[in-house]
Amino acid sequence: MPFKSTVGDYQTVATLETFGFLPPMTQDEIYDQIAYIIAQGWSPLVEHVHPSNSMATYWSFWKLPFFGEKDLGVIVSELEACHRAYPDHHVRLVGYDAYTQSQGACFVVFEGR
Amino acid sequence: MAKKYDAGVKEYRDTYWTPDYVPLDTDLLACFKCTGQEGVPKEEVAAAVAAESSTGTWSTVWSELLTDLDFYKGRCYRIEDVPGDKESFYAFIAYPLDLFEEGSITNVLTSLVGNVFGFKALRHLRLEDIRFPMAFIKTCMGPPNGIVVERDRMNKYGRPLLGCTIKPKLGLSGKNYGRVVYECLRGGLDFTKDDENINSQPFQRWQNRFEFVAEAVKLAEQETGEKKGHYLNCTAATPEEMYERAEFAKELGQPIIMHDYITGGFTANTGLAKWCRKNGMLLHIHRAMHAVIDRHPKHGIHFRVLAKCLRLSGGDQLHTGTVVGKLEGDRQSTLGYIDQLRESFVPEDRSRGNFFDQDWGSMGGVFAVASGGIHVWHMPALVAIFGDDSVLQFGGGTHGHPWGSAAGAAANRVALEACVKARNAGREIEREGRDILLEAAKHSPELAIALETWKEIKFEFDTVDKLDVN
Repeated sequence: MPFKSTVGDYQTVATLETFGFLPPMTQDEIYDQIAYIIAQGWSPLVEHVHPSNSMATYWSFWKLPFFGEKDLGVIVSELEACHRAYPDHHVRLVGYDAYTQSQGACFVVFEGR
Repeated sequence: MAKKYDAGVKEYRDTYWTPDYVPLDTDLLACFKCTGQEGVPKEEVAAAVAAESSTGTWSTVWSELLTDLDFYKGRCYRIEDVPGDKESFYAFIAYPLDLFEEGSITNVLTSLVGNVFGFKALRHLRLEDIRFPMAFIKTCMGPPNGIVVERDRMNKYGRPLLGCTIKPKLGLSGKNYGRVVYECLRGGLDFTKDDENINSQPFQRWQNRFEFVAEAVKLAEQETGEKKGHYLNCTAATPEEMYERAEFAKELGQPIIMHDYITGGFTANTGLAKWCRKNGMLLHIHRAMHAVIDRHPKHGIHFRVLAKCLRLSGGDQLHTGTVVGKLEGDRQSTLGYIDQLRESFVPEDRSRGNFFDQDWGSMGGVFAVASGGIHVWHMPALVAIFGDDSVLQFGGGTHGHPWGSAAGAAANRVALEACVKARNAGREIEREGRDILLEAAKHSPELAIALETWKEIKFEFDTVDKLDVN
């Protein structure tokens, strides 16, 4: 009987930090995450960058942070508008926490090619 | 009016038991759990602790009259029963601020847990908590960077960080060691860690390790597109060697170094923390020897005190136990001291073991590190207990994966992100943990195998050091 190893080969993947190891989210799952950001009292913020520069600290703002925005639909349409305007860019959603000056949430919604 | 010198031995309680005293905002307050020798009254024991940890000595001495000792003395201002324990009691002691050198945790501990712990009138003594006054806190630098800056430097947001100690902990050559670092980081971990026992041994000198590790970190960053780091242990025999190692880590462009703060000592730790602030380096803190000091319920120092002291002395990450893994740790008590590491104000709450309100002012926070005997099945509980401002470290739970460390790392990363995503979506992750992990494993063969590998491992022993509650 020929030898057959049960060990799999782990291939390194390029990922984009938080949630980079999960399959792309469905529309409903993205809604859930936006609802979480809003419920925490954080401001939603949309950022984008060309994939060649994804490790940069600063990605470009899409417009300005949506300070105090509570409407899920508005955030979804801004994410989509950003993606339409920059189809080859990564687009990420940030939950900006002004109290700590940090990001309570941050994940890529659209991956550029 | 001037006092007269009256040689002899006075009862401590005449001077140091002051039940009418109202502590000042600037006083340093301490709570000791005292167990006296039989027949010694509580007030006398408590007053002796106050005296021996501040200005007192066993005999009256003439030179006391050269100063105003009432201004400098520690005072026991309250005695309380310990719930469920007839032989011990709590003594609350107030120390005037001027008893301590500014910014010196070493000095505070030399007084509070010095000679008094060997005092014959006591059978046991345990320092349960210290309330540091803001006036003292403002003289300490605290964490070199703090949680917010560490997140910005490492570009990690919205989730706990993920780490792993390199194993076997001793015996690998520098090059082999760097290989294991590379495997873990390419698999999706944020950090790897030198085992605390790794300093600079014959099989692997520090400089050699640092060089190979730096190459592994750089390569993993290039290939994954994510920020990575390895805690380079700078703990050494002398401060000079410690700084030499820290400087070399900086020269190699590394983001984080490590120190063992109890074996290394508070003076070394505070010095290294200041070096880190000045040089833009993160500082990971290990706590070897803590269980010698903090595990006995009636003698020693509770870990919440050691945790507070570390926040003041300086560190960006501190080991806190896991609650669920192989090492000792009561859940409520752990929650109590991780609050002390991370929050800007922690209210008195006996159900979490916090004896005082503690205001931390503007001092930066310290990441709580959970490490020791944890694996993927623990992930939902760890995320629920520790929250986002933590580093979850799986050693055996990474390297023990049947496909190796990279696949083990990926399994942990998938499990972590699945738990965070589910939590954000409003699911109760501790109750639904099993479902969440099994769902996530459908997209990750690495996780499926990890879940199978560790399904039977549990560490269910009773905690030795429980909180004193009825």
